[in-house]
Amino acid sequence: MTDATTTALIAAQYEIAERRRRVYTGVMLIVLVMMILFGVQVAEDANSGSLLTGLPKVFDYPYDIFRQAYARGWSFWTIPFSVQHADNGIQFTYIHYLIETINIAILSTLFGFLFGGIISIIASRNLVKNQALVWITRRFTDIARAFPEIVIALFLIFIFGKNPIAAAVAIAFHTTGALSKMFSEVNENADMKAWEGLEASGANWLQKVWFGIIPQVWPNWISYALLRFEINVRASAILGFVGAGGLGQQFKTFVDWKFGADIASIILMLILTIIAIDMLSTWARRRFIGKVAH
Amino acid sequence: MDTTYMDTLAGKFPEAIAPNRRAQAAWLGGLFLLIGYLAYIWIAFDVAGAVARSSMDRAKLLALDSYAYKHHVELSMRTGDLMVNLEGNRRNAFTELPDWVEQADEETLVDMGQGFTALLSVQSLRVFEGETLIVDIEQTPAGPVLHSEPNDWMRIAPNKIEGRPDSYVRFIATKSKITLHVYSTGWENFWFDNSSVLNGTGFWQAMGLVIYAPRVDPEQSNLTLVFSEIWDNNEWQHGQVMHAMLITILMAFCGTMLAAITALPLSFMASNNINPVGLLRGSFKRLFDILRGVDALIWSLVFIRAFGLGPLSGILALWFTDTGTFGKLFSEAIENADKKQMEGVSSVGAGAIQTTWFGVIPQILPVLISQTLYFLESNTRSATVIGMLGAGGIGLKLADAMRTGQDWENTMYIISLIIAVVILMDNLSSWLRIRLIKGQEKSVL
Repeated sequence: MTDATTTALIAAQYEIAERRRRVYTGVMLIVLVMMILFGVQVAEDANSGSLLTGLPKVFDYPYDIFRQAYARGWSFWTIPFSVQHADNGIQFTYIHYLIETINIAILSTLFGFLFGGIISIIASRNLVKNQALVWITRRFTDIARAFPEIVIALFLIFIFGKNPIAAAVAIAFHTTGALSKMFSEVNENADMKAWEGLEASGANWLQKVWFGIIPQVWPNWISYALLRFEINVRASAILGFVGAGGLGQQFKTFVDWKFGADIASIILMLILTIIAIDMLSTWARRRFIGKVAH
Repeated sequence: MDTTYMDTLAGKFPEAIAPNRRAQAAWLGGLFLLIGYLAYIWIAFDVAGAVARSSMDRAKLLALDSYAYKHHVELSMRTGDLMVNLEGNRRNAFTELPDWVEQADEETLVDMGQGFTALLSVQSLRVFEGETLIVDIEQTPAGPVLHSEPNDWMRIAPNKIEGRPDSYVRFIATKSKITLHVYSTGWENFWFDNSSVLNGTGFWQAMGLVIYAPRVDPEQSNLTLVFSEIWDNNEWQHGQVMHAMLITILMAFCGTMLAAITALPLSFMASNNINPVGLLRGSFKRLFDILRGVDALIWSLVFIRAFGLGPLSGILALWFTDTGTFGKLFSEAIENADKKQMEGVSSVGAGAIQTTWFGVIPQILPVLISQTLYFLESNTRSATVIGMLGAGGIGLKLADAMRTGQDWENTMYIISLIIAVVILMDNLSSWLRIRLIKGQEKSVL
């Protein structure tokens, strides 16, 4: 066989493979688009209003809120600093609730980090000999991750009454599940040389984990926890909607009362907080990840 | 190496074995900070007050009701009518009295299980534990009067006496009626409800019917009968629950896919290596921030106002929020893309679109696909939440089940279903991720 024929053969084969790939891609894209169109169609049938009649009204609600906020004039900007009478004197209404929302997020991330860290070590295949234990722990984290936060929050509100603790526990449970999965992936990618060295010098399991694994993985753990913190701020704002305290609960009240200016003010506060925390955690993450890289 | 040698070594290099003061201080400081913060939370969240106000009885009842069901025996004082039903629902009343309720002329004997029996009539209610009489209530026109010793598991009010000698046994006597709650473990009528011809048949029994028994209903085969009876179960509403679940998955799927498709072109506009105009780039980035910062919940309020309650509003809400998130993630991926491939493509005379298509897209495709698939799973959960607050689907079903507050087993059922579906979506998305990304490297799709 000459070189030319070989090349031609390869070219022909390539042509066939390339054509097949294009056909597959095309078919997949068509199926995807069909599925989306079908889904939107089904959703529209199930909706109480329709897409076309609703389209001109999309801006109704934002416009309404904006109009009411505008009508307030300059005093709109003082809403976040309005005060109310509390048991111990006077407090800033919204600042107080915003801090509550952030505290829920901090608390739940903190506990999620602690429990997630411990559980993730048991859920790492390379750190635990008993694979059955690993399997069971992983299924537990799957369930903790899948459990809707709002359901736990509602259960706890039913038992404890309306209290931010309900939201904190609910989010902490979910965070534990989510973080332990991510952490265990980090643990499994850890370099095992330190572990083996410690094993050779007679360290027990706890010492091997503490001195062999934790120093390697903690910057990544922190980075994931910061990412989670961002998500948890949002989650705690949402849980307020069902009565778990914080800014969300105020928001729900104003939505029910149709107080446009206050709604706009709270949305603004939430967006600014989320953007600020976003930036803060990006900065902190770079710092911690930077430590690993160098 | 003996200990004396070690000691001389330690004497020579004291700093080697000296404790790291800075690290110790950092640990101690962190610990104090943590304790301080927790103490602050304890006060700010009023944890002590919440615990004091909490009602563990409710928790216990909730837990019990999630795996047990109860029959109500109700005797009306006015008419003397006796009714036995499931969970106090009149539609689920027994047409014939079950064998644990015996009616003699004036009195009715109820075997309440756990060794308790009750004897009730329009004049009195007596409860026995074994042979001993533990509760003796006389029904007078003014209300129930207790003749036996009061107990700590009883609550006595002027017009109402109720007691719970065992978590599975409860009685309530009021002026107008006597009610007994008789608990049993399990999910009653899970497959077939009271009105079904197959009521009382277990699942495997029903499968047996399908395989070899003669037709129960001559009009249709056993398979269709069993299926339609399960599907149309009035109490558990399997059909409606499955439909709602499907709607939720649909919301998640359409919302995620639409967001990914929209975010892709927009993210190019926000990347510094594609779009040279700083002002335009910045405004796209801020657009993503706003889309993301306004949560799906707030978007769903906006869209519910325009399009009404339902999954369409849910899809649009997820679409808007996720366009922001994807826009940010994709543009970061584009900015991190290797320049060499783009230069290579443009050096052979490719235009701007071709450079992007062949130089950038293949690089970011793995990120694009894995993020989209990841969000598919997390959006299934978000769709449940926004469904709860108006967009319909399984979230609404769950909210309804929780709101009635009686049928916690229904709530448990829906929760288990949601968990199962989320875990399934999780596994599906990671399977697809591995297949699409690791299997074929960069020539995906």
